[in-house]
Amino acid sequence: MTLDELREIARIEREKQQEVPRKIHVCMAAACLSQHSDKVKAGLEAQIKEKGLEHSCKVKGVGCMGLCAAGPLVSVEPEGKLYQGVRPPEEGSDVADIVGSVDGKPANKLELDPGLPFFKEQVKVVLENSGKIDPERIEDYIAADGYEALLTALTSMTPLEIIEQVTKSGLRGRGGAGYPTGLKWSTVAKARSQNNTKFVICNADEGDPGAFMDRSVLESDPQRVLEGMAIAAYAVGASQGYIYVRAEYPLAIKRLKTAIKQAENLGLLGNNICETRFSFRIDIRLGAGAFVCGEETALINSVEGKRGTPRPRPPYPAQEGLWGAPTLINNVETYANIAPIVRKGGAWFAGIGTEKSKGTKVFALAGRVQNTGLIEVPMGIKLRDIIFRLGGGIPDGRKFKAAQTGGPSGGCVPEQYLDMPVDYESLAKVGSIMGSGGLIVMDDSSCMPDVAKYFMDFCRTESCGKCAPCRVGTTHMYNLLERITSGAAAEKELSLLEELCSVVSQTSLCGLGQSAPNPVVTTLRYFRDEYLAHIGEKHCPAGVCKTKPLSRTTEVGK
Amino acid sequence: MSPAVEIKTLQIDGKDVGARADQTILEVARENGIDIPTLCHLDGLGDVGACRLCLVEVKGSNKLLPACVTRVQEGMEVTAHSPRLESLRKIIVEMLFSERNHVCSVCVSNGHCELQALAASLGITHVRVPYLNPKLQVDATNRRFVIDHNRCVLCSRCVRVCDEIEGAHTWDHFGRGIDCRVITDLNQPWGNSDSCTGCGKCVHVCPTGALVEKGRAAGEMRKRQQFLPYLTLMREGRQ
Repeated sequence: MTLDELREIARIEREKQQEVPRKIHVCMAAACLSQHSDKVKAGLEAQIKEKGLEHSCKVKGVGCMGLCAAGPLVSVEPEGKLYQGVRPPEEGSDVADIVGSVDGKPANKLELDPGLPFFKEQVKVVLENSGKIDPERIEDYIAADGYEALLTALTSMTPLEIIEQVTKSGLRGRGGAGYPTGLKWSTVAKARSQNNTKFVICNADEGDPGAFMDRSVLESDPQRVLEGMAIAAYAVGASQGYIYVRAEYPLAIKRLKTAIKQAENLGLLGNNICETRFSFRIDIRLGAGAFVCGEETALINSVEGKRGTPRPRPPYPAQEGLWGAPTLINNVETYANIAPIVRKGGAWFAGIGTEKSKGTKVFALAGRVQNTGLIEVPMGIKLRDIIFRLGGGIPDGRKFKAAQTGGPSGGCVPEQYLDMPVDYESLAKVGSIMGSGGLIVMDDSSCMPDVAKYFMDFCRTESCGKCAPCRVGTTHMYNLLERITSGAAAEKELSLLEELCSVVSQTSLCGLGQSAPNPVVTTLRYFRDEYLAHIGEKHCPAGVCKTKPLSRTTEVGK
Repeated sequence: MSPAVEIKTLQIDGKDVGARADQTILEVARENGIDIPTLCHLDGLGDVGACRLCLVEVKGSNKLLPACVTRVQEGMEVTAHSPRLESLRKIIVEMLFSERNHVCSVCVSNGHCELQALAASLGITHVRVPYLNPKLQVDATNRRFVIDHNRCVLCSRCVRVCDEIEGAHTWDHFGRGIDCRVITDLNQPWGNSDSCTGCGKCVHVCPTGALVEKGRAAGEMRKRQQFLPYLTLMREGRQ
């Protein structure tokens, strides 16, 4: 496959698409599928056939359109009409109505306003194809400028030039820690290894509760991730890649497998890509459901077939990773940013976002907010805008209380910081982290010690058990929170909890333990009065906890 | 003649020391009479950095680093003993005591236990975190040895010695977090193990009374770990 051949495929595909003037897009990502969007699609196809509209209208299964709360979503192109909550044919006349409106009948009640801030204020880089292309057809991706970046890079750029562009873009790791991607790439590129073996790994072990960014990218636009990985492999000098995806994402795995096979068939993966000396293969490794395997060294152990427990760093994977070879590990969203950066240049990417946090970030908006779903916004946007403009505010007229970012490793951001820009540094300043992009909104019906307990329970059960502070510390912290929320705790137990938070974060082996106390630390910092109410007055201000004093026999030491 | 050796100079607790480039902070400290407490480390076995007792402060790093796996660097300034480190080590050992049922007075390793000795040297007089009091099993199915999970601190020495030195890999981990345990074969009774050679190395590297020989009364179990460095040295020599 050469660049000319690729452009020929794109041209033919575009022409084919233009033959049919009108297209009906049906979301076929997990959230809408769970609401039977497959039946909606079948119904639409049958209806079109019945009305004899096959030549003017075509139904296409696409990826996530974002507003998962209102699924199944259907859009009619090129008008861009969007319909929400479309029921399958056996449950109502929605399908017939939509096909009817295509025919010229007035719009119906299900129509959504595309001018909503939820759609209008997004800036799409990672999700540019999401909801537009068929994730199971590589031709559709190629027609949307897919693989243009890879072939251009292979034929007219040196690895060093690519790394330069990535560095210039200011892209930082989207998995959570925000390490500069360009720096990581150049470290791996410079690392020397025996028989020149290096590896590229894509971390798709998304495990934060309430997070579904990577899942959506993989289900909606899997080719983009493969292309990003291939460019990375060329830049660092690797010829083998692994995608570590959790087994709980069967649809993402299926689409990835299809995508890899299609790319191999077209010679976009495999030996001598684009008639160059560059060869690159990608294999899938399935995670068996351990949260800690999202930690890069534990992930490497798991790919090697060992127990998924973290290794001490240094040595970092960039020096000694998979089977001792220099290894580049990036998150799904990071790789998804690569193709546009190579295509449009690092400077273009650096023009989006803030001084230290460039580009966009995909957030999975969940919890007590009107519009739950997937959004992509420029870095530096105000948290208030995300929740109240894009998110549409808090339902049922309740009051905003806190936003939890970064999952179990993150913290709760209270109301006074709503006008803070969302970037790596600002979030760290208030005790939270960017994380992979989970954003859980809570209203005044949430009890903060109870929220902290929920996340601590998660960390406790997901701790691998290798290092003592995390294994024992998270259990003790959970037990103390259990005592606090049940009204059995004494005030000195609060200081023990604080001491344990400090010990576990300072001494744990990996990121899981080091960040596990974050939800407790931030809720203690901003909602201490709620803890004190549980302890002193045996009362839960939010009315969530059953504060019945436990037996006092196990009270903490004298 | 041996190949040229690269030498690094660094400071540990204010003392100037020299080290080979491939040495760890722990090795260099011990060579120079600076004691850093350890539990999972054992000379002759690969290090895993799991017990977190050998954490040291290194100037210029905001994180504490485990001395057992951190290699020396030129000009490093290491603090191995400070009030902060002492208090962290204390509470880690206290957490280990609280995790399972370490009842010294009835333990066969009483008086010869590394966990007990650590507590004494760190000046631990009581445990500030509540005891978890788990109900754990004792596997006495092996003809000569016993594993008492109540005394296990999950240092993984048995797992490593069985894998790295004996080559049997009978031991491994099972379960996650607080439910983690060491198991023989695929969680079968030790006595039924096909892979166990009965060499007893695991028993003698175990720091506590978790792995012991049968027929010992309280305080009678003495571990002999001296074999390990010799064994590894002789193997290196032969290669």
